[in-house]
Amino acid sequence: MTQMSRRTFLASASLATAGVAAGPWIGRAGAQAAPIKIGLVLPYTGVYAVLGESITQAMELVFARENWTVAGRKIEMIKEDDEMKPPVGVRKTEKLIDSDKVDILTGPVHSGILMGMRDKVHSSKTILIVSNAGADAISRERCSRWIFRTSFSNWQPCQPMGGWVAKNISKEVFLTAPNYQAGKDMMNAFKETFTPAGGKVVDEDYPKLGETDYAPYLTKIRQSKAKAVFAFFSGTDAVNFVKQYDQFGLKQQVKLTGAGFLTEPDVLPAQGPSALGIVTGHFYTPLLDNPTNQKFVKDFREKFGGKMPDGFACQGYDTAEVIVRALKAVGGNTQDKDKLVDAIAKVEFDSPRGRFRFDPNTHNVIQPFIYIREVKETPLGINNVPIDKVADVKDPGTGCTLPA
Amino acid sequence: MTLPVDLFAQALNGLSYGILLFLLSVGLTLIFGMLDVVNLAHGSLYMLGAYAGLTVIAITGDFWLALLLAPIAVGLVGLVIERICLRPLYRRGALDQVLLTFGLVYLFEDLVKWIWGGRIRSIAPPAMFSGSVTIWGATVPSYRLFVIAFGIAVAALLWLLIERTRLGAIIRAGVFDAEMASGMGIDTERVFSAVFGFGAALAGLSGVIAGPIQSAQPPMGATILIPALIVVVVGGLGSLKGSFVGSLVIGQAETFGKAWLPGVSMLMIYVVMVAILLLRPQGLFGRPLR
Repeated sequence: MTQMSRRTFLASASLATAGVAAGPWIGRAGAQAAPIKIGLVLPYTGVYAVLGESITQAMELVFARENWTVAGRKIEMIKEDDEMKPPVGVRKTEKLIDSDKVDILTGPVHSGILMGMRDKVHSSKTILIVSNAGADAISRERCSRWIFRTSFSNWQPCQPMGGWVAKNISKEVFLTAPNYQAGKDMMNAFKETFTPAGGKVVDEDYPKLGETDYAPYLTKIRQSKAKAVFAFFSGTDAVNFVKQYDQFGLKQQVKLTGAGFLTEPDVLPAQGPSALGIVTGHFYTPLLDNPTNQKFVKDFREKFGGKMPDGFACQGYDTAEVIVRALKAVGGNTQDKDKLVDAIAKVEFDSPRGRFRFDPNTHNVIQPFIYIREVKETPLGINNVPIDKVADVKDPGTGCTLPA
Repeated sequence: MTLPVDLFAQALNGLSYGILLFLLSVGLTLIFGMLDVVNLAHGSLYMLGAYAGLTVIAITGDFWLALLLAPIAVGLVGLVIERICLRPLYRRGALDQVLLTFGLVYLFEDLVKWIWGGRIRSIAPPAMFSGSVTIWGATVPSYRLFVIAFGIAVAALLWLLIERTRLGAIIRAGVFDAEMASGMGIDTERVFSAVFGFGAALAGLSGVIAGPIQSAQPPMGATILIPALIVVVVGGLGSLKGSFVGSLVIGQAETFGKAWLPGVSMLMIYVVMVAILLLRPQGLFGRPLR
């Protein structure tokens, strides 16, 4: 062993002293600042990864604004890829609840995953803030005190469109949507206001989910002599339907309207000019001129390389905003879950989509507006330009008995 | 609109869809007929064709150039697959080949995601075919009329190539009895490679042709495989005439199913397949089963 020099000895001694002095302080801070864990169950691979990405990016934008610290506690995001498969989503949910012991859960995109994770979330009293999946049931007979939704119920973007289309476009409309539950739910929501406004459903068709050739349906639309079409398609279905609708020369003759997903930014680039003129109802478009949205669009584009935020990003932004505000209201205390749930239910703020608040009876967002948007050429590319709006769209919540 | 016009319009829809199915499946049927290989990666080659076409159009803005270059690129990929992956497996059972080509489906899907990303993409129709035309009261996109004409031309050229040329005679000899053909001094290995590459190029060609009608995204290779396999089975394994007629039959059945029986249209294609196989187990133009 070499002899320790005086200088080395002094240096180590002073370090040790400093350590002893700092020790208790570090320990205390550590106990106070156990991070708040937020679990995300979203698609991060596959075709729907772009949706999961938008939601996550907007959440990161909000948390970064707060320096990833709320009420003295660090925010930690744990991301799990649900691959858009219900069994995977449910397994990841169990992992986040049972082994990661997350304080708050968010996601999923897929309604099937939402329905699959619902009972686990409810029975474990885990707070879930749904940031996309639109299954109406979660605001109705399957609602839960522990589940909130910042995105939408499938009913919400469609119900106001019925009356609007009857009044402003035509009373003779052809309905079409994919042949599954959400498709039929949306068409029924449309009829709720369309028929009382004097509208007549000329005919309706439900092509299979994932259809690639809509020609037979488009020929039927033409021969039905309908003056307008109300359609709900998303993903590749939306691209194929809109392109083929244009190629069949229908666009000039039969006005195409629909639920917002028909022309969201995940499909608009592939639709291209075929989408021009389509009128849809949705709770958001990046072209809203309120100050919160203008700041959101500017910050989002700066942080993510010029990418335009979409409805999914707005959902992520509002989810994170709800979390931040509720945590501040309870002083960062995540142990008293009842208090935290009450705080979340009371959160109210200016969101990019308008004044955000939950419906106390369903824990679903009350859409401040459903914006009627028309696809137009803008300086920032083809996008949804707001042309009208319907205020305070609240899911009927049939069968939900909150507050339980 | 009157019933005859309606019938004519839907028949035209069915024809354009059927021709698209033919372009999709003809490469599969050729490869099966010649090499006795069920190439499950055929859909992936179709997908590669669509994406290669997208890239050529992004660079040059020319659809026709894409229609020329993408099949060549995919054909070369086919040659590599045949040489490296399939050749060692010819003497092994069909199961090994199926497993291998099924593995390629996943490989190509990830490859496409890696190079082009998972976003939905699409090809715009060439400017001269971007509108629609009305024939006898039926309105059809002019691009679909082009697809019909193009598909019939491809079918005619393939028929001439296989039935009327020396190369075709060699291929037919190989299909009939590869061992005997090889005994007659035909280099069957080279013919196998050429046929596989050619079949792959046809898949790539159909990817570009389908681009303006359908969108492109990574799982497309797997979704298109089922209808292509059904066409091959209905038409008769390995028969060019069979894949042409089979495509047209399936195209009409599915179109009229969607138009008239929308509730069960999903089943239509399977109902037709089962019915034909019950009546003719070897398919419409297949060689009788021994």
